[in-house]
Amino acid sequence: MISAPDVVAFTREEELEDDLYREPPLPEEYSVPLFPFAGQGANPWAKVAGSKFTRDFILISEFSEQVGPQPLLTIPDDAKVSGTFDLNYFSLRIMSVDYQASFVGHPPGSAYPKLNFVEDSKVVLGDSKEGAFAYVHHLTLYDLEARGFVRPFCMAYISADEHKIMQQFQELSTEFSKASECLKTGNRKAFANELEKKLKDLDYTRTVLHNETEQQKKANDKGYYTTQAIEKANELASVEKSIIEHQDLLRQIRSYPYRKLKDSEFHPYEPECALERADVGSDQDPTASEPGETHLYTHVPSYTPKLIKAKSAKCFDKKLKTLEELCDVYFFTQTLDQLHHIERTFRGDVCYLLTEQISRALLKQQSVTNFLFEDVSFLDEKPPEKQYRGCQGLDQGAVDEKCSEESLAPKVVISLGSYKSSVECVPIKMEQEMEDSEEPKMSESVMSEHQENLDYLDADIKGSISSGESIEVLGTEKSGSGLPKSESQASLPVMASPQAGRSKVGSRRTVSEDSIEVLSTCPSESLIPEDFKASYPSAINEEPYADDDEGGLRFTPRLNPGVDDGQDDISKQESLVQVDAACCIGKESPNFLEPLAELGQKPCEEDGVVRIPPQPYRPAERGYRPAEPGLRGAFPSHDGLSGGLLPYELDSRYLTGSGEVSKSSLDECSDSTSYISSAASTCSDRTPSPAHLGCAAGEKHRKRAGQNALRFIRQYPFAHPAIYSLLSGRTLVVLGEDETMVKKLVTALSIFVPNCGVYAKPVKHWVTSALHLVDFQKWKLIGLQRAASPAGVNVLHALSRYSRYLSILDADSKTLRCPLYKGSVVARLADHRTQIKRGSTYYMHVQSILTQLCSKAFLFTFCHHLHLPISEREPEESVVNRRMNFLKLQLGLANEDIKIVQYLAELLKLHYIQEPGQGGNPLLRFDYVPSFLYKI
Amino acid sequence: KSSVQTIGEEQIQNPYTELLVLKGHQDIVRFLVQIDDCRFASAGDDGIIFLWNAQTGEKLYELHGHTHKITAIAPFSSSDVTEEKTDLIITASADRTVIVWDCASGRQVQKVSCFHSTVKCLTVLQRLNVWLSGGSDLCVWNRKLDLLCKTTHLTDAGISALVELPKNCVAAAVGKELIIFRLSATNNGCEGWNIVEVKRLVDHQDNISSLVSVNDLTFVTGSHVGELIVWDALDWTKQASESNFWDSSVHPDVQPEIKLSQSPQETSVQHLTSDKECVFAAVGKGIYVYNLQMKRVIACQRTAHDSSVLHIEKLSNRQLISCSEDGSVRIWELREKQQLPAEPVPTGFFNMWGFGRANRQANQAAKKMQENTPVYFLELVGDLIGHSSAVQMFLYFGELGLATCSADHLIILWKDGERESSLRSLTLFKKLAQNGDLQLKL
Repeated sequence: MISAPDVVAFTREEELEDDLYREPPLPEEYSVPLFPFAGQGANPWAKVAGSKFTRDFILISEFSEQVGPQPLLTIPDDAKVSGTFDLNYFSLRIMSVDYQASFVGHPPGSAYPKLNFVEDSKVVLGDSKEGAFAYVHHLTLYDLEARGFVRPFCMAYISADEHKIMQQFQELSTEFSKASECLKTGNRKAFANELEKKLKDLDYTRTVLHNETEQQKKANDKGYYTTQAIEKANELASVEKSIIEHQDLLRQIRSYPYRKLKDSEFHPYEPECALERADVGSDQDPTASEPGETHLYTHVPSYTPKLIKAKSAKCFDKKLKTLEELCDVYFFTQTLDQLHHIERTFRGDVCYLLTEQISRALLKQQSVTNFLFEDVSFLDEKPPEKQYRGCQGLDQGAVDEKCSEESLAPKVVISLGSYKSSVECVPIKMEQEMEDSEEPKMSESVMSEHQENLDYLDADIKGSISSGESIEVLGTEKSGSGLPKSESQASLPVMASPQAGRSKVGSRRTVSEDSIEVLSTCPSESLIPEDFKASYPSAINEEPYADDDEGGLRFTPRLNPGVDDGQDDISKQESLVQVDAACCIGKESPNFLEPLAELGQKPCEEDGVVRIPPQPYRPAERGYRPAEPGLRGAFPSHDGLSGGLLPYELDSRYLTGSGEVSKSSLDECSDSTSYISSAASTCSDRTPSPAHLGCAAGEKHRKRAGQNALRFIRQYPFAHPAIYSLLSGRTLVVLGEDETMVKKLVTALSIFVPNCGVYAKPVKHWVTSALHLVDFQKWKLIGLQRAASPAGVNVLHALSRYSRYLSILDADSKTLRCPLYKGSVVARLADHRTQIKRGSTYYMHVQSILTQLCSKAFLFTFCHHLHLPISEREPEESVVNRRMNFLKLQLGLANEDIKIVQYLAELLKLHYIQEPGQGGNPLLRFDYVPSFLYKI
Repeated sequence: KSSVQTIGEEQIQNPYTELLVLKGHQDIVRFLVQIDDCRFASAGDDGIIFLWNAQTGEKLYELHGHTHKITAIAPFSSSDVTEEKTDLIITASADRTVIVWDCASGRQVQKVSCFHSTVKCLTVLQRLNVWLSGGSDLCVWNRKLDLLCKTTHLTDAGISALVELPKNCVAAAVGKELIIFRLSATNNGCEGWNIVEVKRLVDHQDNISSLVSVNDLTFVTGSHVGELIVWDALDWTKQASESNFWDSSVHPDVQPEIKLSQSPQETSVQHLTSDKECVFAAVGKGIYVYNLQMKRVIACQRTAHDSSVLHIEKLSNRQLISCSEDGSVRIWELREKQQLPAEPVPTGFFNMWGFGRANRQANQAAKKMQENTPVYFLELVGDLIGHSSAVQMFLYFGELGLATCSADHLIILWKDGERESSLRSLTLFKKLAQNGDLQLKL
């Protein structure tokens, strides 16, 4: 937990339903005068004023061909959530902006009906009357009985907080795309099944008709055809035509994955589904258990064909299929799961979400140390590569460049590239000309004085907000498929044309009641050039700190110079990087923390524009990133005992100070600048998608563990040596008769246990059999049953035998047997007089102190001269001396604290040198130190 | 009441502060044998042989081939000039087979299964480039596993130990007897050998349990009843012996009730090892240091462990390591005692029984000693507790650490934590340099 956790703790409702109105009072030290007009427990962040619903929710609507737009379901499925909010009305609104091309039928020049594989469109719209803002994701599903075989649907994330929608746009888009992809995959499967059934029916019908015709022929040998016979023949012909049509449809739907694969933008959702499927278990539809699209359309043998009346494939039934029927049941549940996941992920205040994302992004960069105390499982849970494939293909330098570019250039929502591409699909001549003339001007001015532009845009948007009734499409993403454009796209509804968007940018808008204004359109990723894409999505996210008072959304103008001169840019950027490295070397210690202080206020900054000079961004993938410039800069200038010490690190105040300096993470110690630049671009596309599915559970666990830990440090005067044992890698055994009590203690203490790898914490909550040496390798915290049985005697015997490897906390007699602790780190970590009252807050406090420890351990581990001789002839003792001096003087560690850092350093080393894929033997390190018995 | 010396938790001199548990065996691990500087093999009752890397603890190979427990294992490095050095190990099993393995590839090179009884000991005579297997008879084999010659059926019990002696002789312990064989080349071929029994030594009262060669001139045997005999390796005569300790009449100062408590098991010479000057004997629970020159025990620890000592080894730095059935490994240091007037002096005889402070008895015995001889004692400098059952054997790898094997199916690699830590740092910076993450500017 890096970013000022103590404050964030109070900005979030952990359990929204419960805590919203039953918020415990803030601790004294954080007490801020509450919103004066608020009643008891009112939440200043809750935007209850305008909205008629209590919290964010997801709405799925359909534009039914029979009854028009209608809401289908909400997530969470709770009437309380949507409250008095008019879902029908809102459905109408959101469905009315679906202007994607969904033309299906007989295109001119084609003999058969043709399926269009339409990309989803992503739109943000706001309804100020309802106080609702929504991210709307339109998609079409196939239905054999529907008009044109398609059914338009949309999924909308509805929130009262427009900033949330805008700032989380990219994340929402990513997550909803997954859901949509899943739904559509299931739908294709169901559609193919339906087609197969239909084909069998038709086949059967044809056979029957054929037989009848034959019989008629036989029965009637008059030489001419009766009207009956002609009718039959016609019917037969029509059935045959129908068969051909359906066969063609089936071929089209089956060819879908292959067509898609050719498209570079294809996101292979299917393999992931297969993965998830494995997790979900075997209770799913067995036919769905084979991965891969090709297997999805498996033949269902049990179907008995019916005789159908020959009719056109295009006519539709009275009763339309429900969403469940449209989609394969497995994929449908998957989709619902995903939507629930989205709902959980984006629950809460936008401030909280952003902080979470920032700290997660920072955490991800600390690839060397983050495994120690953080739950890093989410980091590799769902890598965002899928979304940003194009980015991956580029080399590291190019990514660097792009990242720095984001801070370098002010942003424009509509960039040259996007205009070009949208113009391509919507060739409206006049508008284009206007556009062309306008855009370069725009970018120029943006280049020079973007502030001016901001104001200009600002005023503009303010105006738009003032129109009461109107629905404003704040940003839409026009998707185009990678498929060759059919003529049908020319017939896009007018709304899709970028003209409206341009009118917006050009500050020319129609103020009319009920009009729908598309403020901007963006092409979907598929149309963006590869190198352009990485920077694009931040267009909306990049201004996360827009001013609230203004009431409007501000688009930070941004230019993408990479569009026209990509090559040129790379070289330019390279030189930039070098310059920056030089800057780092010259950095003096007083300046060291300044940018950080700034960072704290960053989120509140007025215009949200990064004012920091361009900094190279070194993504975490590079592994040992942060130390690079620091080491390079500092080492050569030093030798002797203080060799390898960075000047600003010598000031141990920075490192030993509490609270504020908890941010003194690895980045700062060596490359403070990259910290800032990364903070600036946190909301950009590289932010890991907030896929912390397990987070809800983890959150609860943390809260409980923190609470238990607080209780532990208050109850037990010997909490310090116990925690020291855990931090120094000595296994702590909690011995007791009562399972719940032992487990509670183990939970409490588990937050102090450093991880040995990226896997589960080395904590075992409850053991009833005797312990062995192997257990101490695996587990660093063990709850052990004390039993009176002979087996229990064995257990105790084993404990005394291995006592040198163990600290033993006896929960029954309240004693602790462990080595002495005289350091100071644990005292700060576990002060029994702490004023912290909430478990989650204490947890974050612990995390911040542990992060400090990690940074010290990191420094210690990666300072070359502390471990290896400077010259060949240097004796080992002087290295040892230097090492101890560093620990004592530079890191400000006393007594046993040294052992903690040494142990953490050892874990870091092991983690770093471990070859991927190789489990590595777990080590057991220990000291021969005497233990003492502590009593209450 | 236990008279075993304990050291407590503070062990400054104990370098082993890191351990690695090597899992793999499914039964008692009885043998550890060193292959080269960083590899060793382990074998035991599960009939599987494992090859390990002593530095990393990595399991290199798992050799399957025997169906019963392993009874003997010996390394066999070829010293042929023509071919490059290959490391082989020979294993004998209760399934009456002997297999030769190639350590480099982990493959079985050859298998012999023509034995009439279990081979209980294997000895490689590097000089002659042959190896011997001892069961109910003694066979001589060459590298290609051709049987060169064999003795007649000796005994059903079989040969329990073999040791190479000078002049192409071997000593075999068969029950209470010690039989000296001589290998002689036949006239009609370069690879032909004959084996003849030269002499039978019947000085031991009970089964010979251990047999060790000290140097070219002497070898030592120990028996189940605690006799220790030093032999001349050239003419096979008895040079000295300590065998009368169990007769209480010889030691009037030993209290009679203590003598009654003795059982043969506790006086058995379990293992012998030696350096140039001394023979170190694991007798019962105790460790005794017998000086060859002075022909007497110069230091002892009567109850070094809680139960029988199974294996001892002398390190180069005057340290001695012992392991025992009680599951612990102890490190001792042979120290010269400061000669103070009232200082107790070790006994001059091999075994002295008693509870309580051994010093008092030693003091009495010391009066008989000459005043000017240097006096030694064994100081406990560290103990290693890790195994939950008897530690069968250990292998000392110098800097790399110590490998111990046990009846709890585990092998533990004990390492010097400091050294490992700095090695890891070295690896880390190497990897950093490799990854290009760091520019090493020295």
